[in-house]
Amino acid sequence: MEFPENLLYSEDHEWVRNEESFVTIGITDYAQGQLKDIVYVDLPEIGSEYKKGESMGVVESVKTVADIFSPITGRVIAKNLELKDHPELINTDPYGKGWLLRMELREREELNGLLSSKAYQGKLSEES
Amino acid sequence: MCSTKVGDRVEKIKDTGLLQDEPLIFEQGGEGRKGYSLPRWDGEKAKDRKLIPSHLLRKELIGFPQLSEVEVVRHFTRLSQWNFGVDSGFYPLGSCTMKYNPKVNEDVAKLSGFANIHPYTPEEFCQGLLRAMYELEGFLAEITGMDQVTLQPAAGAHGELTGMMMMKAALQARGEKRKKVLVPDTAHGTNCSTSTVASYQVVEIKSNEKGVISPDKVAEQMDEEVAAIMVTNPNTLGFFEEHLSEIAEIVHRKGGFVYCDGANLNALMGIVKLGDLGVDMVHLNLHKTFSTPHGGGGPGSGPLAIKKELAPFLPVPVIEKAGEAYRFNYDRPLSIGKIKAFYGNIGVILKAYAYILSMGAEGLRRASEMAVLNANYLMTGLKGSYHLPYDQPCVHECVFTDRFQEKFHVSTLDIAKRLIDYGFHPPTIYFPLVVKGALMMEPTETESREGLDRFIETMITIAKEAEENPELLRQAPRKVKVRRLDEVLAARKPKLKWTVPSPSFPKGDK
Amino acid sequence: MEDYLRYIPHTEEDVQKMLKAIGVKSIEDLFGSIPKEQRLSKPLDLPGPLSEIDLIRHMEGLQSPIFTSFLGGGAYDHFIPAVVSHLVSRSEFYTAYTPYQAEISQGTLQAIFEFQTLMCQLTGMEVSNGSMYDGASSLAEAVLMAHRITGRRKILLSQAIHPEYRKVIQTYIDPDEQEIVLIPYLQKEGRTDKETLVQFLDQDVSAVVIQNPNFFGVIEDLQTIGERVHQEGGLMIAGFSEAIAYGMLRPPGEFGADIVAGEGQSLGLSLSFGGPYLGIFTTKEKFIRNMPGRLVGETVDLEGKRGFVLTLATREQHIRREKATSNICTNEGLCALMATIFLSCFGKKGLSELALMNLSKAEYAKKAASQMEGCRVAFSFPTFNEFVLEIDKDPEKVLERIKEEGILGGLPMRNFYPELDHHLLVTVTEMVTKEEIDQWANVLEKAL
Repeated sequence: MEFPENLLYSEDHEWVRNEESFVTIGITDYAQGQLKDIVYVDLPEIGSEYKKGESMGVVESVKTVADIFSPITGRVIAKNLELKDHPELINTDPYGKGWLLRMELREREELNGLLSSKAYQGKLSEES
Repeated sequence: MCSTKVGDRVEKIKDTGLLQDEPLIFEQGGEGRKGYSLPRWDGEKAKDRKLIPSHLLRKELIGFPQLSEVEVVRHFTRLSQWNFGVDSGFYPLGSCTMKYNPKVNEDVAKLSGFANIHPYTPEEFCQGLLRAMYELEGFLAEITGMDQVTLQPAAGAHGELTGMMMMKAALQARGEKRKKVLVPDTAHGTNCSTSTVASYQVVEIKSNEKGVISPDKVAEQMDEEVAAIMVTNPNTLGFFEEHLSEIAEIVHRKGGFVYCDGANLNALMGIVKLGDLGVDMVHLNLHKTFSTPHGGGGPGSGPLAIKKELAPFLPVPVIEKAGEAYRFNYDRPLSIGKIKAFYGNIGVILKAYAYILSMGAEGLRRASEMAVLNANYLMTGLKGSYHLPYDQPCVHECVFTDRFQEKFHVSTLDIAKRLIDYGFHPPTIYFPLVVKGALMMEPTETESREGLDRFIETMITIAKEAEENPELLRQAPRKVKVRRLDEVLAARKPKLKWTVPSPSFPKGDK
Repeated sequence: MEDYLRYIPHTEEDVQKMLKAIGVKSIEDLFGSIPKEQRLSKPLDLPGPLSEIDLIRHMEGLQSPIFTSFLGGGAYDHFIPAVVSHLVSRSEFYTAYTPYQAEISQGTLQAIFEFQTLMCQLTGMEVSNGSMYDGASSLAEAVLMAHRITGRRKILLSQAIHPEYRKVIQTYIDPDEQEIVLIPYLQKEGRTDKETLVQFLDQDVSAVVIQNPNFFGVIEDLQTIGERVHQEGGLMIAGFSEAIAYGMLRPPGEFGADIVAGEGQSLGLSLSFGGPYLGIFTTKEKFIRNMPGRLVGETVDLEGKRGFVLTLATREQHIRREKATSNICTNEGLCALMATIFLSCFGKKGLSELALMNLSKAEYAKKAASQMEGCRVAFSFPTFNEFVLEIDKDPEKVLERIKEEGILGGLPMRNFYPELDHHLLVTVTEMVTKEEIDQWANVLEKAL
């Protein structure tokens, strides 16, 4: 399992890439492995706003549904339309082609509340 | 021989012994084939195009099949041969109570004087039917220790919904509006979804290390915002909720209700009355405890039994007896209304009525005793070979896990699929959710000792195979018509019906 | 009497062997986890047990007499080919469980797939589920689904919808979330008042619900309603209680219906005093994930062979739990199978012939009644196999007279529509003969 060092992580198994004026969000390699083959993704409308921790949508596999919790407070400015026909990209390339959406941040400081790759991996070994 | 296209490959239909391939009804027959015989009509044929504006008439039933009677019979007979029913063999699905369906009950429910009766037939001509329904209500009330019953719900989940709605109405009558329902972590999925449909927020209560709910956990969560607790007793781990009485008191003290999911009643008939434990509402599954057949997914019937405080809110009509006559009473101002048209799944209800009359009090008690005996016997037999998460006596069902087989990279799913090769229907898998890799087994009382011995032997063999030759499990099942169907494909690219092939493709495409 | 033991194989010897293996002395010991004071000390107060023959005699004695019947109103006496009961009596079908283990349930799964296909074809829609409890609850679930999709409050409900269906919808909705606005029917025509409907259409309307044919047997015109509703961003829900009508009527899907929810009892299910019946639920593909009920999908197995599985289960209660699209679990599986067999027998030509015969016989009866003194056909718009008569005398007294001749002549309307207190609903299916209709007409005329 991979956890790129240049990304930030949330406790709900999402990753966040800081792109200066916005952030890109996806789910981690651990999350996609737990879900197994992803069959469907329900992403929010562009323009919708979410608080940190609010559910924005879901990722579905055959036998499970997992909420996508917003790791930051902000507004959705883009979503990955490829996932409609190719949800499996989340399994094969969770940090690249399997990105979920892009958000405009409300408060830059919120990024400080997220975990580093090391800290996230630490949490994972705690949980198991 | 005809062909059916699968993706880009054309497969010939194989006639191999008893596992013949069978196309869809839409891929057979054709123009000119006829499978019906209509009554005679010597009168005038209506000129539909004159009577009804043409833009309201359909041109044709596109895609509908045209088959001879022979083709219809062959088709469905062949389909049936790929199925496995209780009559085919052991069906140890947990909390489903797949017991034998007595054949005489099928016959009596189909009698012409029941099957051909219109629901709006004047009451004076339905006295027998009303009597059967009224008496069944009485039987179910007696068995559960409750005051009154409605037979209207068409399934257990439907009964749950009725109960939730009645409770809501009762609270409203008190001038209260509560928001939450407490649901144990061992609950069946319908308990949660029903609560949501009834606009309640679900609060989960975790079971303790003995697999039951403890009163203090309930007391922690119980307040005046909680409308009810929804318990299943016995629960889905196969244990009697021994603290239920105390829990009921805690809930009642704060003005809440106790709803019991009666799916597992097969453990308790003649042994315990749920009403004695403080239960306010309990639904029954006639297609489980009371032997009516499952039908491949229905029809069922989920009567709801209640304490008299809730009686004013029962759905209409309510059956009443005045002297020797029975009638429908619609004059119930506080009723929640109706949850389905007419009165309930009468065809199913008659079978349950016949069953209870055939068993009597002693028969029902014997059924529960033998159901519990069978489950404990099963548990004892499998104990060494499979991991038992709660090592204590069970009632009518027991739960094992795949923990001993994990080290061989064999999962609950593999074990289940391998059982199919040995001619058994697998138990329930991956439920209840509180047990990882759960294998939930309910043998019911209709299984003989030899049947159980055979099953236990087979499970022990499979445990050995898991250790010595795990590929056998991972490749299972082998002796079936189709093997390990691609559920991911079915979910990613849902194909939920046959479509008429476009002219450029050969017949039967897509 | 211990004849019930034919269902419980254990001999005393079996019991002793098993108790020994478990390690307890008696059956009582098996219930040790139940507090002593909660265990019953007396047997249940129940009659029986009856021997098999005594049971049969008892049940036979409870039967209702059978009349020549002109009753309808949501339950219809139609011909059921012999083939249907023979095939559904195969125990591999009726004693099977829900097809969760796909490899050993291909029979059930393929049959449901065929059912889903037929329902789409019948209603002109894109996707169907594997059945609901009945037409009324199916329609109620459609209303709930529309609310999930639009998030809006109001439902415009035609008053010409079956009164029991409307009652079920009322019971199902949460008054905090949704509100019903009843749209009247036109008194002369018997159809939903489209003008009033359009007046009430606004951005707060979640769905418009119309039944076709409606409770009066009148054929509704769904054209233009669909367009107007969609302009406001709402949904059109079409209901029905007489499925045979679609052997001849243009299906709601062709008028832009978003959800079609109705009753399938006419398709090979006996009257059975009101149940079990068959809820049909079809919709557009874009709403699949909002749909309640089970879905069977086509797929392939390890070896590339075509097979069928339950799919999109993430909408359902056992996975989604409190976020499920519905709480439905057990549905009406065997009834769906009956409908599939029924439609396989009748097929393309048969269903339309059957519909035409219903229309023909009903028109014959309608014509006869319209020529009688003291009786008029109440509504002017075309009907299918049911129609309403307005009579001068008290309808219940008239029906009493007809009953004396062994005929159930119709349904008094006043219990359903208080304003129609001199009205009768008369239903004529292919099951009544010309002689029986003549007899009914005779007796009716005399009673008037």
